Amino acid sequence: MLSRTADNLYWIARRMERAETAARLLEVGARISLLPSVHGYRSEWDSLLRAGGMADGFAAKYGDPVQRNIESHLFFDHDNPSSVAACITAARENGRIVRTALTAQVWDALNTAFQELRALERRERSELELSEMTEWTMRHAAMVRGAIDATLLRNDGYNFLNIGYYLERGDSTARLMDVKYYVLLPKVDYVGSGLDNYQWATLLRAMSSQRAFHWAYGGEVTAAKIAHFLILNPQCPRSLITCVAGMNNHLGRLAKAYGRMTEAQELSARLLAGLDSVSVEAIFEEGLHEFLSRFIRDAASLGAVIHDSYLSGDMR
Amino acid sequence: MTSCFNEMYLQGAVRPPYARLEGWTRAMPAELRQMKQAEAEALFRRIGITFAVYGEGGDPDRLIPFDMFPRVFSHAEWTRLERGIKQRAQALNAFLVDVYGRGEIVRAGRIPARLVYQNAAYEKSVVGFVPPKGVYSHIVGVDLVRTGPDEFFVLEDNCRTPSGVSYMLENREIMMRMFPDLFRENRILPIDSYSERLRRTLASVAPAKCDREPTVVILTPGHFNSAYYEHSFLADLMGVELVEGQDLFVEGEYVYMRTTEGPRRVDVIYRRLDDAYLDPLCFRPDSMLGVAGLMDVYRSGGVSICSAPGAGVADDKAVYTYVPEMIRFYLGEEPILNNVPTWQCGRDDECRYVLEHLAELVVKEVHGSGGYGMLVGPKSSAAEVEMFRARIKANPGNYIAQPTLALSTTPTFVADGIAPRHVDLRPYCLVGESIDLVPGGLTRVALTDGSLVVNSSQGGGVKDTWVLAE
Repeated sequence: MLSRTADNLYWIARRMERAETAARLLEVGARISLLPSVHGYRSEWDSLLRAGGMADGFAAKYGDPVQRNIESHLFFDHDNPSSVAACITAARENGRIVRTALTAQVWDALNTAFQELRALERRERSELELSEMTEWTMRHAAMVRGAIDATLLRNDGYNFLNIGYYLERGDSTARLMDVKYYVLLPKVDYVGSGLDNYQWATLLRAMSSQRAFHWAYGGEVTAAKIAHFLILNPQCPRSLITCVAGMNNHLGRLAKAYGRMTEAQELSARLLAGLDSVSVEAIFEEGLHEFLSRFIRDAASLGAVIHDSYLSGDMR
Repeated sequence: MTSCFNEMYLQGAVRPPYARLEGWTRAMPAELRQMKQAEAEALFRRIGITFAVYGEGGDPDRLIPFDMFPRVFSHAEWTRLERGIKQRAQALNAFLVDVYGRGEIVRAGRIPARLVYQNAAYEKSVVGFVPPKGVYSHIVGVDLVRTGPDEFFVLEDNCRTPSGVSYMLENREIMMRMFPDLFRENRILPIDSYSERLRRTLASVAPAKCDREPTVVILTPGHFNSAYYEHSFLADLMGVELVEGQDLFVEGEYVYMRTTEGPRRVDVIYRRLDDAYLDPLCFRPDSMLGVAGLMDVYRSGGVSICSAPGAGVADDKAVYTYVPEMIRFYLGEEPILNNVPTWQCGRDDECRYVLEHLAELVVKEVHGSGGYGMLVGPKSSAAEVEMFRARIKANPGNYIAQPTLALSTTPTFVADGIAPRHVDLRPYCLVGESIDLVPGGLTRVALTDGSLVVNSSQGGGVKDTWVLAE
């Protein structure tokens, strides 16, 4: 497969997943802002932007983090490469470039999302509810994902799509959890308190995992259980370990199909082994923020190695 | 322009090739027609066949209008056309090999040296080079018009990268899906082997150095190009990679493409890119679309390029005048298909005639295409005619003129029923180890009443084109 084709497939996946992350961030932010304020309204939205890695771009364009501006920035702003609109537009363009590597259904799903987005952009902002925008995003992300799973040949292209999805999703889970860090960490007193749990529960809700969590753990919602669920539980579809195992699986399939191992397989195996052997206690001891930052960095290096090993076209 | 040949009716009677279509249209109520038309449009849109018009902006996902009324040729009509088209494709290729070699035709005084060697499309960097199998133009699009039962004229030749073949194939697919009964009642020769024949043609001109099953690719300028759909469509049908310049690189004596498994050698490049953009080291240094060093590999026989760089010298509108001479000179045969009589404004006496009769003539730029920059005298205002007069006087060598032909019409669905509309025909002749032609082509139709311009960029539509079995 052409490296450029693989690259476009990989970015379709990353961008669709990133669009979903932007929507989830918006949802977490809106919910947290409804709580009695811990440090005032401003810092909570700010923490959200920081977790999304968009704080500087936002400040430069809008100044103060007001909810409406944040909605614009995360959803409609084409200057923000991580906004829902920018991601869906770019993913559809990636799809158009590699149209022959996609089934009609996958193309249909991408194209429909794009056409509906254009219609949304023409509507009055005052008519648009935040929940409508986030639900719309997740619905279309799911439709693309579903079309890929149901109709695509299980060849190398399928592996590159999945690698893109898992890499982006792991990154997103880590970032969404990190929002929690920004909101909470300054006041150690809150750990284990009712408010603390309410905020954690909001996080679960944003990951559409609240019910799943209760099925898996039951009883009291504690920080340790939630951290275990989102980081170490292979049953959770968005947990870090699920994402890394997924990448590892699809990288393994590539190595087998091509009869060639690269640094990417090595790195993902090491990342997986690390998650396999760590406990929640050890993570809290290291500090959740430190642990998550490290994971985000490691995932980024893995992304760079995947690029060099398969997508850049420069390997010999 | 009083009477045009109508391909369906002759002196009130239905001509035989169209015999079975009369009943078909009579049996089709207006509602059904509208439903079918909407269905066809939805199919085109879903498949993604759209095209962008240069310099117009607007909707980039515009559809070319599709007319459901087929255009029909009898087997005998086609046999003659086929012989004529193949003859022309052969002579054009012989001409190209000759003018980049010893130039016998120029030495023999059969074509002016100026028209060949001072032609902007004459590519000095390939002088002395003979491409594999002696083929420069692998896909020759011969544009034909008709003025009577037996009168066919060649309007122009396209030796570089004629486009539109995806419409020929899709029009047929859609007609077969919508009107299967028509295909049961009429014995229509199939055209769907085109992509396989194209692949075979391209593989047959692999360089001598290639000692295995050749790797063929299509080189596209990219997804912003108006014909990108066609490029990806053909790549998909042939099962070959669709590459951009950035996917290829030169190392040693070969060209490679960048794949996820490392470099893979490429043997034949079907390029949908102009010569000027092929190789920044040889042509335009600012080209971002080409491959640095490609021409060196090409000239040393490491890769084949289709059409071969330099093929354009055979298809400009001034050289066109001499194609009948080429046929006589290289093949020792009389042309089966005639040229449209053409005046070269570059010649004083002919230019004088053109300027005196401007309002009756069609004037075209020598290097123009797509229906841009042309004057249709009888359909133009006095001011437009005068504007062209000034342009011709300023640069006579840049223009040719032809009589306004009474182009044939075929029945076409229009808002209030069926009406005759002018058509032309572009068959796609494949030249490799052998010369090959699928029975059919792209019929373009001028949808506006009375209009003679069929180009899609000027509001033309397309039709399915049938060749009946014997």
